[in-house]
Amino acid sequence: MTTTATVEARGRTASTRSPGAARGPRRTGRIRRIGLPYLLLLPALLLELLVHLVPMAIGIVMSFKELTQFYIRDWGTAPWSGIDNYRMSVDFNAPVGDALLHSFLVTCGFTLLSVALCWLIGTAAALYMQDTFRGRGLLRALFLVPYALPVYAAVVTWAFMFQHDNGLVNHVLHDQLHLTDEPSFWLIGGNSFVALLTVSVWKGWPFAFLIVMAGLQNIPKDLYEAAALDGAGLWQQIRRITLPSLRPVNQVLVLVLFLWTFNDFNTPYVLFGRAAPQAADLISIHIYQASFVTWNFGTGSAMSVLLLLFLLVVTGAYLALTSRGRRRADA
Amino acid sequence: MPRSPMAPPRSFLWSRRVFLTLLTGFVLLPVYVMVSSSLKPLQDVSGKFRWWPSGLTIRPYIDIWSTVPLAKYFMNSLIVAGAATVCSVVIAVFAGYAVSRYDFPGKRVFTVTVLSTQMFPGILFLLPLFLLYVNIGNATGIALFGSRGGLILTYLTFSLPFSIWMLIGYFDSVPRDLDEAALVDGCGPLGALLRVVVPAAIPGIVAVAVYAFMTAWGEVLFASVMTNDTTRTLAIGLQGYSTQNEVYWNQIMAASLVVSVPVVAGFLLLQRYLVTGLTAGAVK
Repeated sequence: MTTTATVEARGRTASTRSPGAARGPRRTGRIRRIGLPYLLLLPALLLELLVHLVPMAIGIVMSFKELTQFYIRDWGTAPWSGIDNYRMSVDFNAPVGDALLHSFLVTCGFTLLSVALCWLIGTAAALYMQDTFRGRGLLRALFLVPYALPVYAAVVTWAFMFQHDNGLVNHVLHDQLHLTDEPSFWLIGGNSFVALLTVSVWKGWPFAFLIVMAGLQNIPKDLYEAAALDGAGLWQQIRRITLPSLRPVNQVLVLVLFLWTFNDFNTPYVLFGRAAPQAADLISIHIYQASFVTWNFGTGSAMSVLLLLFLLVVTGAYLALTSRGRRRADA
Repeated sequence: MPRSPMAPPRSFLWSRRVFLTLLTGFVLLPVYVMVSSSLKPLQDVSGKFRWWPSGLTIRPYIDIWSTVPLAKYFMNSLIVAGAATVCSVVIAVFAGYAVSRYDFPGKRVFTVTVLSTQMFPGILFLLPLFLLYVNIGNATGIALFGSRGGLILTYLTFSLPFSIWMLIGYFDSVPRDLDEAALVDGCGPLGALLRVVVPAAIPGIVAVAVYAFMTAWGEVLFASVMTNDTTRTLAIGLQGYSTQNEVYWNQIMAASLVVSVPVVAGFLLLQRYLVTGLTAGAVK
């Protein structure tokens, strides 16, 4: 960020020669110049400490304690339990660890599918709507509705549609199209995974659409013009110019989608209630259950810490890979 | 924006029509269910699903206010989301400006730390935060737990990382000559920010404000633990329409529609800003 420094220097020399200086010397002491950015950052920093960083440290301490409802009033006095909570969480032969592993795998599968579908639909929609056509503005507004709707309003509507007796989905599949012999259950049992994925994609793809649409506006027009002069058709332009130019945008987009989907709590919570069915037992709900329903906060904290470690490793590896790819592309 | 001087090929036009038609259907289906069910009598939503109400009625819209104290929840959500948005935007503007315009030790650490909090699963700090608020309350007498203040404080940090990141990008795209000119005219650095940089970055700031408001308006997890009867927000209050013996689906749909209208209307009014803001800010 050398530019910042030079601009600053130029700004300062300019201000000493400025007409404003005639109105009396401004107090720009060295302390103030150095202190100002910190002062500007202070509120953000304090809040991050209070709401994110300190609680996270407390969470890590809690994960080494035997913290049940008896100690919750004064959690500092809870007995230390070493790494028992962690041992229990990763003992895949015992019920607790086995359930956690299952939940983790379900979450991985769900996240991969959801992110892939959101990205595909969002990108396709953005590419199809790059050129103007009649009704484009209306469609664009319409497509953002699922993203704008409050989560609980949208998800509770889907929950209604998936109801066994009075839902739209069974009415269409069973009564109208006769595709199933019996009305299916969607919010319990194996189908719940499909239900959750449908809602997640419905809610999530407009964000990809929004970001890709913004990214498309940053691609210089003369690239397309040059390609057109070279005789490239529209499909070729998309393949050779649009998609490669979108790569940096996509790298960030996929990461954000991944983190949001992996940590999603609101969707399964509103769709299924406090206990998600096994097939759709996302990790956030699982840990919530382990902490608040069984009142075992120490184990819940240990699971959270393990989850955070996993996310750190994945995100770190992802960033390392993508930035190396970018460097190679620049070279 | 015309992309190429030639007309798109037939295959493109044809596939576009099919794709956009299917997608529109997918998007509109739940919206249709919400609107039509909110105008049905109770027997229509309790029995087999009907595409069309047996008799149109606006009763659900009258009943929602008495079945649960919806107006109170509405006020709570409005206060919490509004306050969280205003605070979050102000704080993000300051932080984004500092990172965009100054070089200082610890800058990278700050940016990385703030951004990495975006990946914490909420569940990780839900319980510690709850304990922290209770402890602060016991020690100082400031009621953070169960109060709107605690919820506001929590929500405004949820949107901070994304907001700061986006505004850094946006401020970077505001030409520095503008601040320089302001400094030359005798503004202090803060004057330059408020009089020159902020007005130039309005689309980015609007985008960030919309994002912050939507985040707070729709949050469920922390609201479920950190509110009590008087401070309950819509996200939790809407669960009151399911009772032991009857689920008032028509009222649930009506209430969902009522709580969605302000957010969706605001979002659609500001969506142009949002795309412009994202273009200059986050997507670079």
